Formats: sequence, structure tokens, C-alpha cells
Amino acid sequence: MKRTRAEKLQKAQKAATKSAVIGEDLDLEKFIHEAPARPYVRDLSTLTAAEQKQLLASGIDPAGTERTGSFLQMDHSVVHYDVQQEGLEIMSTAEAREKYDWLEDYYWRAIAVDTDKYTARAELHQEHGYFIRALPGVKTAFPLQACLFTAQEGLAQEVHNIVIAEEGSELHIITGCVASHQVKSGLHIGISEFYVKKGAKLSFTMIHNWAEEFAVRPRSATIVEEEGVFLSNYVCMRPVKSLQMYPTTYLAGPKAIARYNTILVATPGSLLDVGSRVFLRAPETKAELIARTITTGGDAINRGHIVGEVPEAKGHLECHGLILAPKGLIYAVPELEGRVAGVDLSHEAAVGKIAQEEIEYLMARGLKENEATAAIVRGFLNVDIMGLPKELKVEIDQVIAASEKEVF
Amino acid sequence: MLKVENLWVNVGDKEVLKGINLEIKPGEVHILFGPNGSGKTSLLMTLMGFSGYQVTGGTITFKGKDITNLGIDERAGLGLGMSFQRPPTIKGLKTRQMVALCSHTKEISLDKLAARLRFQDFLERDLNAGFSGGELKRSELLQLLAQNPDLVLLDEPESGVDLESIALIGDVINELLEREPGRNKEKSSRERRSKRAKAGLLITHTGYILNYVDADVGHVLFDGVLSCHGNPRETLKCIQKMGYEECLRCAV
Repeated sequence: MKRTRAEKLQKAQKAATKSAVIGEDLDLEKFIHEAPARPYVRDLSTLTAAEQKQLLASGIDPAGTERTGSFLQMDHSVVHYDVQQEGLEIMSTAEAREKYDWLEDYYWRAIAVDTDKYTARAELHQEHGYFIRALPGVKTAFPLQACLFTAQEGLAQEVHNIVIAEEGSELHIITGCVASHQVKSGLHIGISEFYVKKGAKLSFTMIHNWAEEFAVRPRSATIVEEEGVFLSNYVCMRPVKSLQMYPTTYLAGPKAIARYNTILVATPGSLLDVGSRVFLRAPETKAELIARTITTGGDAINRGHIVGEVPEAKGHLECHGLILAPKGLIYAVPELEGRVAGVDLSHEAAVGKIAQEEIEYLMARGLKENEATAAIVRGFLNVDIMGLPKELKVEIDQVIAASEKEVF
Repeated sequence: MLKVENLWVNVGDKEVLKGINLEIKPGEVHILFGPNGSGKTSLLMTLMGFSGYQVTGGTITFKGKDITNLGIDERAGLGLGMSFQRPPTIKGLKTRQMVALCSHTKEISLDKLAARLRFQDFLERDLNAGFSGGELKRSELLQLLAQNPDLVLLDEPESGVDLESIALIGDVINELLEREPGRNKEKSSRERRSKRAKAGLLITHTGYILNYVDADVGHVLFDGVLSCHGNPRETLKCIQKMGYEECLRCAV
């Protein structure tokens, strides 16, 4: 049965005030909902130096070097998009919804539109977001980059992203979600639905770079078909007032694989509530959820949840936390849910400080105490990510290195 | 190079070193024998300045400078280096990065040094993570080669090392101590010996490393007391024949 737009709108209206299961309940009316339209930018390197710097800090290269395509949305306007390779599509989701009738089928398939007031809000007030699709068998030469930028103080930005990796394709995306340097407060609601078809591979790297008074409510879900691979990397090391997300993947076909790598730093005044969840719904599916969390004085809640619904499914969850300030909270909530005999689920969680023995060991090699600590912290955050293109690995390392200088 | 005078050390409430006197001159290699728990590692850790080893009396002088209260990194900066018996694992920090950090600003040919220790395959692995006994020793020596200290403290460099690797470990220790024959062929062997500046203090409880590394002086540490200074091989033979109890008699 085709789900029509009207039905979705109706559901969304009913859920318009529905609180989320977790996270501080935000008053959506406190934010500004209108933003002046911004002109199209032909060349991203003509943006202001400050804007370019913010893009770079979030893994987005304004020059587009080693990128197959780019998408940039500022406030409520899509100001740039281009793609350099046959078989890849990148455009505004609103435009794609007009262009392709069939896309309605993908809208709100992985996430229910009436999940909470944030999903409802995104349907009722959606202002673009990106649509990225790799046609069957197409492999990206270089990653695609997409950036959602907030430049207006106090604005609510509601986007809906849809990414489709068709059968046998290979798609690598890096996304930066950024607030301008002048912006202190605002709200970002980002709906992301990922569809990884049979034998396809999708890597999605997301860098968050917000502001002290920003509230962020992403809602993401992924459906992976037979032998598909979904690789998600998430980095948030800069201040943000209230961030809550719990991206979920459904491994729907046999031998599908999902990996989540999460790197969080809770700076003073920040509250991060970040999890990742995988449903193992087909035989021989595999999930690995790795999180590294540091607090320098803020609060970090790190959740993880693996649900094994069929035999011969395997999942591992790992959350390690470091408390680097006298005050600071790391709350690790690893959950394993085996619903049938023959599932193989495990988890490993540890929260603590850097061992004095390790610092002194490095000092015996001539490193000063702060250098030794930095080297250990860098190591802690260095998650070996398999299957990620070299350019993205370098990008993540650079983002971490740049953030380290400011945060620690 | 190193002068230890009447050194008393506590770990917690326990007195572990009781009035140690020791002098190591430039170019000398000293061996420290002693049974498990006699205080050998405590002496090395104290010389390096680790927390938890509280000096209650005496002084440590290195290159003419009183280092008794200096920080670990400052001692390392002066030219003190140590190979640990059980080094900690540093997750995520690659061995390659660590070796580069050890060299500080010095130019080193990292891959060449690693090849010297047949350790190339470990450079991209997390430092010490899941390394076997022998691999740990090679990791330690590789870091020391990069650091290039003037006085090398080696804690049980042969423990856990298989027979195949021990000769290699011995060779590298000799290199660290500027003792390997044939190096720097421009100078005569005698000239090289007289110019030798690097010094070492090695801990062993089996004495096995003596087959590979020539030492000048042997000491026995027994229950926190240093005794029986003499020819290392003679000392070892004495221990093998009479046991450490005999050393206790010498100490009196």
C-alpha cells in the first residue's frame, strides 16, 4: 500500500506535541522559524573566510578537493550542490520529492513520522535536507560532502536527508553540521534515512560543530539489506547545550553488517545523550558499536543497544569513557537484548581516568606530563575504522587534532 | 655519570632500599643480580623518578646534578632512559607514533631502526597491546634506540625472550651501549673503547644476558642492601654455586 503524503502529514499533526522518550523536552516555539532566502553560491571558495574555516573544521572542503560532489544548505536555503560522477545524484530532498514519485515510499519508512514532536516538526516544517543516491553498481571515486549550516541566531533548522545506496553500489559521505561563529543559540532537527540495498556499502561520517546554546535533535535510521554494509562514524567534540540522538539500524537481510564508531567530548556546560542501536533481524548479520567518550566537565550519556532477533546473529558493544576534569559525568548504558537461542552478543564498558602508570611511562621517554596526557588521549580517541577511504580517515584525524587544541 | 649515595626508599610503609651506594662511570656497564623481591626494580624506578617510590634519605646525582627530586621527564631530558619489564599498554597510540615521540626533535630513520629489531610489522599496532614477552622487549629497545639515552636502565631485558631473539636483544643492547664490535670502523677498537661514553645498569636474576652483553661490574642486591661488588661473571658463578645467602654474608 502506498503511503501518501497526506497520511504522513495527518500523523505528524497528531504527534506535534509528543515528547521524546529520552532527552530534555524542548519548547519548539522558542525558536525562530522563518529565515530569509539565501542566494545560490556557484563556488564554495567564495564564502567568507570565517565560513570556510567552520566548514573545514567539520570535514567539508570548500575547494572540493578529493570530493565527488558537494551539498551546502545555509539556514533554510540550499545554496550549492554539484556532483562530478555519472550514476550519483545529489540534490535537495524537497526537489527530489517533486522529481521522483517513488521517493514518497522512502519518506518515513525507516523512522516513523510520529516518533516524537521532532520528527513531526520535520514533516510539517521541512526545509530541504539532502537526497543522495548511488545507482546500482556505482562506486564513488571520492567521498561526497554535505553540510548543513546555521547562520541565523535562534533559528530552527529542520531538514530531512535521504540516502540510497542501490544494489552493489559503494557510497562514502561526509557530513558537517555547523553553526556559524556568530551564532550562539538555535535548534537543529535532522532526520536522516539511509537505505543500503543488496550488496551495497555505505559509509557515513558525521562531524558536529555547534555552539554553546545550541539544541540538537537528530533522528536517524538505516535499513540494510542482504550482504549490505553500513558504516557510521560520528564525531562531536565542540560545545553544544543539549544534544540527544539514538540512531538505529535494522539489519534486514542475511549477512548484513553495521558498525558505529562514536567519538564524544562533553565540554563544560554541554549535555550529550548519544547512543546507537542495531536490530539483528536476519541470519549471519553482524553489528559492532564502539564509543569513546571524554568529559572535560560536561555530561555525557552514552547508550548502546543491540537486539538479537534471530539465531546466528552477532553483536558487540564497547563504550569506554575518560573523565578528565574534577567534575564531569559519563553515564554508560550498554544494553544487550537476546530474543532467541543462538544469538551471540557481548559488551565491554569502562569509565575512569588515565592511569598514572601510563603517563609516567611516556614521561620516562622524555615527554612532559601534558604531552604524555595528550598522546594517551589521542590514542583513546583513535578508533581504528575499517573500510573507510583514506581521505576520510585523514579528515577525521584532522578534525580530532584541531578540536583537541581548542578543547583540552 | 651516576652517583647514588646512602639511598633509602619506601614504597608505602615498606622500606625497600636501605642505604644504597653505587657509582657508574661513563662507558661502564653494571649488572645487578638479586632474587625476586630484593628491590632491583625499585632501585631502577627510583632512579627514573617514578611516583610511589619515596626517597627517605640519601641523594642521586646524575652528570654532576642532584636529581633526587627531579621529575621523570626532566631526568629523561638529562639523558636517563629505561627499559621496563612490564610496560603498560597504550590503546590507540601506535608503536610508530610512540617511537617518533621518543626521538623528540632528533632525526631518526624509524623504519630502519624497526628493521634492526625485526619489528616492522608491529609499528602500526597499538603500543604493547597483546605483545608477547619478547615483543615487549623489542618494543622497549626500539623506543630506547630512538631516545638514545646516555645511561640506560634495563629491567630484566632477557625475561620472556625466546632463544632465537635473545642474540638480537643482546646485539641491540650493545649498540645502545656503544659496545658492538665493528661499529664505526674509522676508529680502532681501542680508540672506540676509550671514547665510549654510554653507560648501563642491567637487572638480571638469571644472569643469562651475560652471554651476550659484557659488563664491567656486578652487584648483588639482597633485601634492599647492595653487596658483593665485583667481576660480574665471578659474582654470577658464586651465586649459582652458593646461592644468594652467601651474598648476605658478604654484605655484613
